Amino acid sequence: MSQFLQQIVNGLSLGSIYALIALGYTMVYGIIKLINFAHGDVYMIGAYTAFIVTTYFGFSFFPALITCMVVCGLLGVLIERIAYRPLRHSPRITALITAIGVSYVIEYTTAYFMGSEKRTYPQLLSNASFQLGPIKISTQQIYIFLITIVLMLLLQFIIQKTKMGRAMRAVSTDENAAKLMGINVDNTISFTFLIGSALAGAAGILVGIYYNSINPLMGMVPGLKAFVAAVFGGIGSIPGAMIGGLFIGMAETMVIAYGSSLYRDAIVYAILIIVLIVKPTGLLGKNEREKV
Amino acid sequence: MEPILEVKNLTRNFGGLAAVSNVSMQIMPGELIGLIGPNGAGKTTLFNLLTGVYEPSEGLIEMQVDGKPKQIGGMKPYKITNLGVARTFQNIRLFKSMTVLENVEVAMQRNIQYGTMSAILRLPKFYSEERWIKEKAIEYLKDVGLYQKRNELATNLPYGEQRRLEIARALAIQPKILYLDEPAAGMNPQETADLTKLIHEIREKYHLTIILIEHDMSLVMNICERIYVLDYGKMIANGNPEEIKNNEFVIKAYLGEEI
Repeated sequence: MSQFLQQIVNGLSLGSIYALIALGYTMVYGIIKLINFAHGDVYMIGAYTAFIVTTYFGFSFFPALITCMVVCGLLGVLIERIAYRPLRHSPRITALITAIGVSYVIEYTTAYFMGSEKRTYPQLLSNASFQLGPIKISTQQIYIFLITIVLMLLLQFIIQKTKMGRAMRAVSTDENAAKLMGINVDNTISFTFLIGSALAGAAGILVGIYYNSINPLMGMVPGLKAFVAAVFGGIGSIPGAMIGGLFIGMAETMVIAYGSSLYRDAIVYAILIIVLIVKPTGLLGKNEREKV
Repeated sequence: MEPILEVKNLTRNFGGLAAVSNVSMQIMPGELIGLIGPNGAGKTTLFNLLTGVYEPSEGLIEMQVDGKPKQIGGMKPYKITNLGVARTFQNIRLFKSMTVLENVEVAMQRNIQYGTMSAILRLPKFYSEERWIKEKAIEYLKDVGLYQKRNELATNLPYGEQRRLEIARALAIQPKILYLDEPAAGMNPQETADLTKLIHEIREKYHLTIILIEHDMSLVMNICERIYVLDYGKMIANGNPEEIKNNEFVIKAYLGEEI
């Protein structure tokens, strides 16, 4: 039993990170119906940004977190501006393939400048841990939870209560009607990329600290898993991405603990296949009928 | 008095088809204009040109802005909207998953300035501006009689109320010119009568220039002071309701040639 509770704690911390990345996928999909496959690499850039500012400039944790979020947010805006905006009215497959291309460009540009070998983080947060009854929780895990929760609350607030959030929801429902209500659609889409990528940046530094090892291709697998999380929750749905991320993190942790760590990736893809067969719209996805 | 809107030789081609062809109009401030014509005559295309959805192939659209005529043809829709142009849609296009109140607030927020940071930090500016648009939005909802339903999702309103919400949303743009695309489509006679009353009320209250597309001839003949008639993309007639009723081109367009 105590091992089970311990695994829940571990699963929640991994899941929080997936959820942060999944939010970016789902927000971008919600607004321009594009699966942004470069999103996992934005998260990788977050991890590297934190590595650089902490190792070479001696930043402590919170300034590094803010820097990561700003850098990744701006990178997201730049990617949209350069790669996706010119293709806004092209067939969806064109933008999708471009996204894969952008992903490779980011990965190998990073490898060129930073080297393709693994890097280790300086210790930013103490790895002291607390004994809570039978469960051991590390300071790092507590930071991961708290930061994820704060960011999610902030995101909900922005989307539900502010003019930017209203504009995002309006554009995602009907882009052309939104234009005619005086909404600057280009700015709204940029804003969506800014927020989604900033969340991925936060995930990047948290993972760097948690696993203490980063490399230029680190974004691929967590990126795919976060994508699965977004699909599981219902792509386009923000609460869905949060739930999906936690679920995938939990499933993976449980498989490592009670099955075999060999299957940790397989279980995630198995979940994807099952979701696509049983409920393709995901847990909270809307059942949109294609107009004929 | 200068016309608030002047359309000069406007043409829009789709491939080889001239959906709107060499159309000219002159609209004075405060007029209530009807735009009629058989199906496919180019009425909605004309609205789309006037609101920036399409770029004109040829011709000019001049709107009176700050006392000077400004060419608005081909400008981005949100910029035209910001000059004080609002519209409703033939097939209702509300933001379905948002509440009635939010639908109106969306149209108002071009008037507020606060940035992301002041929202995240919840600065007083954020609260005061949000409160201001909420109060204004409620006023527009009261105009169209939807105040009681402000917290419902737009998609849950009955059809006639969705049409009214579209009007409230358009009013929230604080327009000088309001385009109504078939506002009475699908309404029963009672609803149409209420709508007629509403159009008169908002026109008085907000000093609007209104141009409406409508197939319901009793509505058009009743409230419009002047009517433009489109057929196959060309403007075939223009005049007061009495003149239009007796215009031989109009009769021909609607009823066909005599055999």
